[in-house]
Amino acid sequence: MTQNLSYVRAAMIDQQDPPLTQKGAVRWVRENLLSGWLNILLTVLSIAAIWYVTSHLLHWFLNAVWNAGSLTECREVLSVLHQVGDNSGACWGVIRDRWTQLLFGSYPPAFYWRSILAMILLVVALMPVLFRDKVSGKLYYFSAFYPFLMPWLLWGGSFWVPLLAVAGFGVGYVALRLLTPVGGAVLGVVGAIVAALVWWIVAMTPINDALHRAVANMRIEGARDALIATQDGLAPRIAQIEADRDAVTAQVAVAVAAKNAIYAPLATEQFRRSVGPVLDEVAALFDGLGATSTQADLAAAYVGAHRLLLDFAPARAPEGMGPLLEQIKTTVRVRVTEDNLADAQEAVAEIGALVAQARGLTAANAMSDADLATGQAAFLGAMRELTALRETQTRIGAELFRMTEERRGATTLLRNIDQRAANIAAHPGLLAAAEEARAALPESVALLTSADDLPEGLAPADVAQLRDALRAEAALASNEGATFSIYYEVGRVGLQPVPSASFGGFQLSLIIGVAGIAMSLPLGILLALGRQSNLLIINKVSVGFIEIIRGVPLIVWLLTAQFLLNYFLPPGTEFDLVLRVIIMVTLFASAYIAEVVRGGLAALPRGQYEAADALGLDYWKSMQLIVLPQALKISIPGIVNTFIGLFKDTTLVLFIGLFDPLGLSNTIRATTEWNGIYWELFIFIGVLFFIFCFSMGRYSLFLERKLQRENR
Amino acid sequence: MKKSVLFGALTLAGLAAGAAQAATLDDVKARGSLNCGVTTGLVGFAAPDANGVWDGFDVGVCRAVAAAIFGDASAVNFVPTTGQTRFTALASGEIDMLARNTTWTFSRDTDLKFDFVGVNYYDGQGFIVPTALGVSSAKELDGATICIQTGTTTELNLADFFRANNISYVAVPIETNAEGQQQYLAGACDAYTTDASGLAATRATFENPGDHIILPEIVSKEPLGPLVRHGDNEWGDIVMWTLNALIAAEEYGVTSTNVNELAAGTDNPEINRLLGTEGELGAMIGLSNDWAKNAIAAVGNYGELFEKNIGENTPIGLARGLNAQWTNGGLLYSPPFR
Amino acid sequence: MAITTDPPVQGFRLSQLIYDTRYRSMTIQVVAMILLMLFFAGLVSNTMTNLASKGKTFDFGFMGRPAGYEISQSLIAYDAVTSTHARAALVGILNTLLVAFLGCILATILGVLFGVLRLSRNWLISRLTAVYVEGFRNVPLLLWIIAIYAIITESLPAPAAFRTGEASMILNDSVAVTNRAIYMPAPVWGANSTILIAVFLLSLAGIWAFRRYAAARQEATGQILPVLWVSLALFFVPSILFFFILGRPVSLDYPALTRFNFEGGMQLRGSLLALWLALSLYTAAFIAENVRAGILAVSKGQSEAAFALGLRPNRTMKLVILPQALRVIIPPLISQYLNLTKNSSLAIAVGYADVRATLGGTTINLTGKELEGMLLMGLFYLLLSLLISGAMNIYNARKQLVSR
Repeated sequence: MTQNLSYVRAAMIDQQDPPLTQKGAVRWVRENLLSGWLNILLTVLSIAAIWYVTSHLLHWFLNAVWNAGSLTECREVLSVLHQVGDNSGACWGVIRDRWTQLLFGSYPPAFYWRSILAMILLVVALMPVLFRDKVSGKLYYFSAFYPFLMPWLLWGGSFWVPLLAVAGFGVGYVALRLLTPVGGAVLGVVGAIVAALVWWIVAMTPINDALHRAVANMRIEGARDALIATQDGLAPRIAQIEADRDAVTAQVAVAVAAKNAIYAPLATEQFRRSVGPVLDEVAALFDGLGATSTQADLAAAYVGAHRLLLDFAPARAPEGMGPLLEQIKTTVRVRVTEDNLADAQEAVAEIGALVAQARGLTAANAMSDADLATGQAAFLGAMRELTALRETQTRIGAELFRMTEERRGATTLLRNIDQRAANIAAHPGLLAAAEEARAALPESVALLTSADDLPEGLAPADVAQLRDALRAEAALASNEGATFSIYYEVGRVGLQPVPSASFGGFQLSLIIGVAGIAMSLPLGILLALGRQSNLLIINKVSVGFIEIIRGVPLIVWLLTAQFLLNYFLPPGTEFDLVLRVIIMVTLFASAYIAEVVRGGLAALPRGQYEAADALGLDYWKSMQLIVLPQALKISIPGIVNTFIGLFKDTTLVLFIGLFDPLGLSNTIRATTEWNGIYWELFIFIGVLFFIFCFSMGRYSLFLERKLQRENR
Repeated sequence: MKKSVLFGALTLAGLAAGAAQAATLDDVKARGSLNCGVTTGLVGFAAPDANGVWDGFDVGVCRAVAAAIFGDASAVNFVPTTGQTRFTALASGEIDMLARNTTWTFSRDTDLKFDFVGVNYYDGQGFIVPTALGVSSAKELDGATICIQTGTTTELNLADFFRANNISYVAVPIETNAEGQQQYLAGACDAYTTDASGLAATRATFENPGDHIILPEIVSKEPLGPLVRHGDNEWGDIVMWTLNALIAAEEYGVTSTNVNELAAGTDNPEINRLLGTEGELGAMIGLSNDWAKNAIAAVGNYGELFEKNIGENTPIGLARGLNAQWTNGGLLYSPPFR
Repeated sequence: MAITTDPPVQGFRLSQLIYDTRYRSMTIQVVAMILLMLFFAGLVSNTMTNLASKGKTFDFGFMGRPAGYEISQSLIAYDAVTSTHARAALVGILNTLLVAFLGCILATILGVLFGVLRLSRNWLISRLTAVYVEGFRNVPLLLWIIAIYAIITESLPAPAAFRTGEASMILNDSVAVTNRAIYMPAPVWGANSTILIAVFLLSLAGIWAFRRYAAARQEATGQILPVLWVSLALFFVPSILFFFILGRPVSLDYPALTRFNFEGGMQLRGSLLALWLALSLYTAAFIAENVRAGILAVSKGQSEAAFALGLRPNRTMKLVILPQALRVIIPPLISQYLNLTKNSSLAIAVGYADVRATLGGTTINLTGKELEGMLLMGLFYLLLSLLISGAMNIYNARKQLVSR
């Protein structure tokens, strides 16, 4: 028996779309933005915040001027483009003009390739550390060599200098090999360290000098002719390029004049157009006044007029307009600031007459919209042309600068070579005189090496004798310096040296940051091991060092590098300021790295240490083979974060007179062209730092996640 | 002998900073260039351009000295110094001379053991205020907030001036000139005070320079001049007489354009001695006889240097004022060349 | 039968110092000690020689001489002519402590707020917070200090704007927010005001006692007393009562607009404000990340368990999540406080007179005593850091989970 049950469904209903509020964008908005009263409030607040920021900044960002050679020109372009209303805008012309300086400081443009190559090689050297599973392990050798390669690339000098530095490790290794069979592991290690230090501190300098001297002696005959040839070759080229420079300078002058000719009527028009409505507003303020107006109404009218007219400078006003406007401004100002309000009638009459007169002037000599548009286009074209010309000018200037520097180097060297024989002949006499004079000094001044800041109470005769001795020593020093500079210049086989003073901009920040972290790694690891050690003294020394360094701000350490480091070093040693900063930053960073590594060591399961002990490994073996590889791997994100912090902190070197990007921004503002520019430079610097630090931070985050995955 | 650790050569004996204490000229000659301390940047006085080539009024003095010694105005290493490091740099021998708008004062000349060799710009501390403030004299600034760069003599002058006039003020210390301009323009201070030349340069960058006035009071004497270490008088003489040569050249009408022509010989013995066609003045200071000619040819005479960098046709637009020749009512007065 | 014999007794040999693990560590330590002492001896001797060659001495006598320079902001009485360098240093130290203290408080509040907001389910607000956090973390603090100082001066009205009516004082004409400073009324302590202060302190003690009592009672009986309301009442009522009984011993000195400036009242100068805000915002970005990590570290089961027990969301937060999250948050928070304190030395960028500006700046410049000045300044920062980390470590140890 079959029954047809009508209430049983025969076919499934098709799946229906979810209601409108439960799908797509609407659902997303409901769930993510409007899910409760608190959420709604937050959404509204966020939108208000975004609106507030963009409404204030967007206009400024959109009105960007790229073609301008100075702040004044930027303002001209903006005022031409925006005849009425808000004509503020970003002047990125300064970045266009100075971006290489912000990146490289005053590093010679001819050697930018060295700096860029150093950066590329840095990335290559970091590959095995950062992407260990993707690249060959052989790269580790390159990574190990890189710390010696980078200074050479950046600072220049003979190619054997980095090799000599590396040779220190070779010497240490040889010592280890020779001493271990004789005196066991401990003696071997100590001997290796001592041998390497002796090599670096005692042996390396004379060897380096001897190499320079040997090469120089071989080359000196040819060098003189080559220098003369260089000089002769440079002279016509410099003359040519000077002619080019003068030609471009003339062209620029013509272009500026052309631009100014186009600008003048446009500026007047801009003034006319923008002042007209404002004058109407001012008139309206006073029109509303009457017999019934109170003092307060009157004051409000004056204040309103004052505010409206504040921004109008008479400089670009049409003829006859300037004095009139000035008169209105003065009248209003006097009334407002001196609380001397007239009565309503008088005020209306006073201001009304002036405004009407001014309005009459603005109505005359108007420019049609079509003319205005043509004028604007012509002006922008002129600016483009001018900017292009200026770029040529800069390029020629750079070339000229390079050539004159080259000629200067050649001239100096030639002079020194010519005086070489005389200098060498004079040397023994000077040496004897200097030593004699120093030895003969009375006790009260015997230790002094400077007559600049003498202690009180010295006998004048002693001071005179000291001055004589110093003079003799200086004569000796400059004699030796002249001879040595020949060896150094002629005997150099390698890259042209670049003095530290030329380093600046982001390059400097990167060098200090990278060198600081790279050199602090070994020290930091030792400190971390020391802090974990159960040898009391080692432990306390490590803890003390770490806490002292971390307890004092970096700026104090930098000031220490500037003021005090020379006090702590053996008398007579002087370091380059950049080198001093790098040393200080290295010490600073090592304390932080030590804490990061300590974290890594602590995170390692206890069993790893015990397993190493159970295998019978001694302390160094267990550290080297079992503990450190794992602990360092865990520490990499922390090390990257330390690097980011350090990199940001390199901006502090500004306070000791180095040209980091912020220091350069002050220098750029000190030129006539860019004096008064503010935000554009800061924004550019900030954005560059952000891009760099943010991507590093993302990388360290990625690494952390990867480590978490691997450890699961 | 001092050793200096440098990259590249590792050590360079004697050549480097700190070597010289007495025979500066020998050292400069051996080095082939003059180490001249300048500011890290001051509009019109010293600033590097996009190529890193320094230019400005103080820079011109450095270049003139280099040209006098080497005949080459480019033989200068410019060492930027801050207000805090300038004297250390000079005392330690890192620089041979300092041309960094430094005020000549008694204590700097004697206590700090430096020698000022002359004055290349007579300046004075002034105030700039917005016209809208309705102030016409600095004495009306009782109770005003004043922006001031820290660590300079301006700070002490300001205190002295207000104490002398028995009025009060609120100081807003700022770190750089750029910050000072920005604070002043935003109204965070009623007045900004610094050297009058700096005020003119600052005012020139404003969008509406007419809305700001520089008050007539000059509250201090600021003779700015180059200085050298005390004790090496031969070196001091070179810098001093190079500066005097520039000043004298303007007085006698010698310019960079006509100097070569005049160096062929004129009927004015003073000019002839200056340019080395008569007498042996160059040899007396250890230089070649055409030292002054080279200096003038390289940077122009004092007037040219002034007009090119800070004069009325530049954006800074300073009038000569006190810095005119004595014949025009100014203070520039070069001792005779004989 | 085995015979055990003692190992042969050997005399001490010198080589044992190296090869015998019993003595080796001692040897290493002695060697390290000697090297360390040599290092310090070398350092001291170098310094002595170098000082002598410059004709300088090492003494702290300069601290007792008159400083002779003005300081723009001082919490204690200071006079350029008569006050000593030591007092100038003290002024700087107090200024450093002030900005560090204010900064730590604001940074904590902002950090917690943004950390929680970043976890919000509201997409917009969590993105905005992320932008804030990344923006501040990845740009140098120095740049932020300069930028915030400039923003404050550009966006707040100048006192002149108050005269023309473009801006007006807030809070019933008592507070003026200008780009020079924030001017606020200052209390003037009249006669009998000491009694009022005593009453206020007593009421604070009363609040503390009541809270203890309420907690003890809750433990004992489970009864919950209205702690908040009673505390508020205790806080306000007695003080206000006595204020009127004593005839208003405390009055307010309001700032008033004069020719150029506001005068009277208290002021929070723009430089301090900028430094304070910049340090707080910068550090808060880091704290926000710590807070976020701390909250995420509490496992979801904890809040589910709390809900299962029937606790309301805010109680869940207060009683379950927060105590656990705090344990994760506090250690990094300590290091953030330390960072903030050390970063306050960047006051140089806004001309705020902290210890680096007075002792480490002008004093060193005027006296030429860089070694002594830097040493004192370093010691101060070191002590401050050790004090902060010590105090916070004690707190941390108390809050730490006692593992059984």
